[in-house]
Amino acid sequence: MTEKELTIQSVLYRKKILQYIYQAKAGHTGGDLSCIDILNVLYNKVLRVSPETFNSPDRDRYVQSKGHCVEALYVVLASKGYFAEEDLNTICKYESHYIGHPTKKIKGIEQNTGALGHGLPICVGMAIAAKLDKKDYRVYTLLGDGELPEGSNWEAALTAAQYKLDNICVIIDKNQLQITGPTNEVCSTDPLPEKWESFGWAVREIDGNDIAALTAAFDALPFEKGKPSVIIANTIKGKGVSFMENQIKWHHGVPTEEQYHQAQHELDTVLQSLID
Amino acid sequence: MADQNIHTTSTSNQDIFSKTVEQLAATDTNIVVVTSDSRGSGKLVSFGQKFPDQHIEVGIAEQNLVGVAAGLASCGKKTFAVSPACFLTARSFEQIKNDVAYSNNPVTLVGISAGVSYGALGSTHHSLHDFAALRAVNNISIVVPADNFETAAAVAYAANCNTPVYLRFGKKAMPHLQETGKENFEFGKGRVITSGADIAIIACGETVAPALEAAKKLATQNIHATVISMHTIKPLDTNLLASVANTCKAVITIEEHSVYGGLGEACAAYLLQQGIHVAFKIMGIPDEYTVTGSQTEILNHYGISESGIVDAAVRLIQQKEK
Ligand SMILES: [Mg+2]
Repeated sequence: MTEKELTIQSVLYRKKILQYIYQAKAGHTGGDLSCIDILNVLYNKVLRVSPETFNSPDRDRYVQSKGHCVEALYVVLASKGYFAEEDLNTICKYESHYIGHPTKKIKGIEQNTGALGHGLPICVGMAIAAKLDKKDYRVYTLLGDGELPEGSNWEAALTAAQYKLDNICVIIDKNQLQITGPTNEVCSTDPLPEKWESFGWAVREIDGNDIAALTAAFDALPFEKGKPSVIIANTIKGKGVSFMENQIKWHHGVPTEEQYHQAQHELDTVLQSLID
Repeated sequence: MADQNIHTTSTSNQDIFSKTVEQLAATDTNIVVVTSDSRGSGKLVSFGQKFPDQHIEVGIAEQNLVGVAAGLASCGKKTFAVSPACFLTARSFEQIKNDVAYSNNPVTLVGISAGVSYGALGSTHHSLHDFAALRAVNNISIVVPADNFETAAAVAYAANCNTPVYLRFGKKAMPHLQETGKENFEFGKGRVITSGADIAIIACGETVAPALEAAKKLATQNIHATVISMHTIKPLDTNLLASVANTCKAVITIEEHSVYGGLGEACAAYLLQQGIHVAFKIMGIPDEYTVTGSQTEILNHYGISESGIVDAAVRLIQQKEK
């Protein structure tokens, strides 16, 4: 996909995310909208995996540590053909596999996540396995900035550096908000680049809602041979819908009918301007 | 039961664990052992020297130990995560619940120096909660081998099991516990070591040895005991349990674990719900600040000894006959 096509795809994904959250009356709206550009570039440009190769031992792995933003993952996987999009009509319904966090019951999902601070240790194990088996697959995990105080992240960061895992890439969706408020007021993890560098990681900081910046960063992996890579993606929570951007209440807010139509209208306007 | 049935050895179950893993790794490059600065206590120094690539060290970081093990297992590695049971099943409980059990990554979790093995090091180092905690987690088996050959068989079973297993043992030298010499360990099936119609003593791990000693003593008082090594606590061998509860006058369970939530309560819950009413006693560590002392002193204090078990058996049968 070209940069322009990816930009259009992001708007389409945002519309789908809102559609299914509005329909299910549940979802992590703000975080879905902050991380969707990252998922878009990963699945449409970077990851060497498809529905056909999903069981191949050589596939790239993506583990979503911030499991609560599962609606973003669902709409991307549906667009790639892992399952029929109509399955998403069952999100959070009785006996549906499409629950509020990722599970392996759904094709395309590597690991059950939801409790925070779990993605990176699992990915370290996967990356060590790749080295043991002399395979060239890469392992990617998306962390929220709110989950960074979980100590297990930093335990795994140490092991990744110790084992020189340059086949692992962490992406931090740094939207600077969490359920209680601004991350810096809850538990600051700044200065973040210096922290990861001091843990032995190669760091890039980019605009995480910028398709070109994301593409360039992923193209540059590994940032340094023999070191694990981390992309600090500065994003906007609620990105793409004016009244949701940077608003804590949209952490898991569900739009009213009026808000829903306004949001879709805003996204349609952007879409039109991109197509014209 | 004859005296020669209990052979003392100088080999702990931990020694047998490491020896068995070395044997497996010699022909299977997919065997991987993960440690958290626990290679010494896990008797894995030699394994690390022989198979340096198959030994992953994460340092003192048990949450990471289990998460990394889950990732390795998801890529087809036959993964053993080895750490003292006290840390493995408490510090990393959420990783066990989610990354291993819920995600069905078939890790073998190896809880070493379990129960009160660490004796006078105190409660931080005791694991009296692990059966209870893990019994309540779906999709993980709990295996507590009594002697060296049960340990070897359990390790080999777990290595090739496609669902998660928790193996738990202590660090003291264990006698061989067998009557016939037939090493008939079968996952999920309790092992009847000796048979008698008066009382069934259902034990696990290191408590099987004193149960057998007690059975010999009881025989001199004309009380004939069945002794079972119930090495698989989950799934429980309910057929065997029902059969001995129906044929014996009384049942005693013994475990190096809290009396809450372990082998005893698992047996009690099954029997009661089946309508099998039998004189019943759970022996274990009571819900109190554990007495201080060596492993043997602590177990003796709570009656998990030849004389303690004899007393409990005699009392239970007397109660029943009243
Ligand atoms: Mg955040």
